Amino acid sequence: MEEHRVSVYRKEHFNAAHRIYVKDWSNEKNAEVFGKCSNPNYHGHNYDLTVKVTGVVNPTTGYVMDLKKLSDIINEQVIDRFDHKNLNEDCVEFKNLIPTAENIVIVIYKLIKTHLDEAFDLKVTLYETPRNFVEYPAN
Amino acid sequence: MVYITRVEHFNAAHKLYNEHWSKEKNEEIFGKCANEMWHGHNFELYVTIKGIPDTETGFVYDAKKLSGIIKEHITDVLDHKNLNVEVAFMKGKLCTIENLIQGIWQQLVPNIPSPVLLHSLKLYETDRIFAEYFGE
Repeated sequence: MEEHRVSVYRKEHFNAAHRIYVKDWSNEKNAEVFGKCSNPNYHGHNYDLTVKVTGVVNPTTGYVMDLKKLSDIINEQVIDRFDHKNLNEDCVEFKNLIPTAENIVIVIYKLIKTHLDEAFDLKVTLYETPRNFVEYPAN
Repeated sequence: MVYITRVEHFNAAHKLYNEHWSKEKNEEIFGKCANEMWHGHNFELYVTIKGIPDTETGFVYDAKKLSGIIKEHITDVLDHKNLNVEVAFMKGKLCTIENLIQGIWQQLVPNIPSPVLLHSLKLYETDRIFAEYFGE
């Protein structure tokens, strides 16, 4: 039987505070490099997340994977961990990692990847604002 | 009378926390919004003014100038800030969008040049939650 690979997507969102800074630098140097994103009192975003899973359509179920199950994985692994949190202060993942959108998307990818069937390809797109977004892995 | 709306945005941290209550009561009432270490949003602000279009320019008011007024008095004050800690006009107030939108109104009203009038504000905290205020 012919096998078809299809991509399925699930969107989720979380709201969080963060600060972009290098711990070893002075506030002045951080402000010089990161601008207002380095505000020591933090700022925040509504993060929108698109998770893309690519795989073969199962001939019995007609699914690549049950999107409810994908939603559950994202909520348990990502949303419950980061929603209404201070990424720098509350989240162990960023204890020694600057919470830029680039680093956040890699962390999210790894958190989801370990809970997916190895046969699936995964891509994560993270919007920090409607105008700034990142994706991992890169093409 | 014509209504003109300018949309601006700012990103900020805040928490919903009543200092007169215990941590437990704050968590009971405000849930995860009470996280003492803050969380944040991309806020979208819709500022609507009203007036009679000028016969020579066709403008109620130059939207670029309106943008400048909003930037000077609102977005420069709020963007990439901690709303509870760093914003003078929110000092001593609970940092809900209900209170924030009234604070923004009070900052803007004296800076909208007559005869143009500030008609309404709409403030989005997320895509799904917003407040409106008409100065009433």
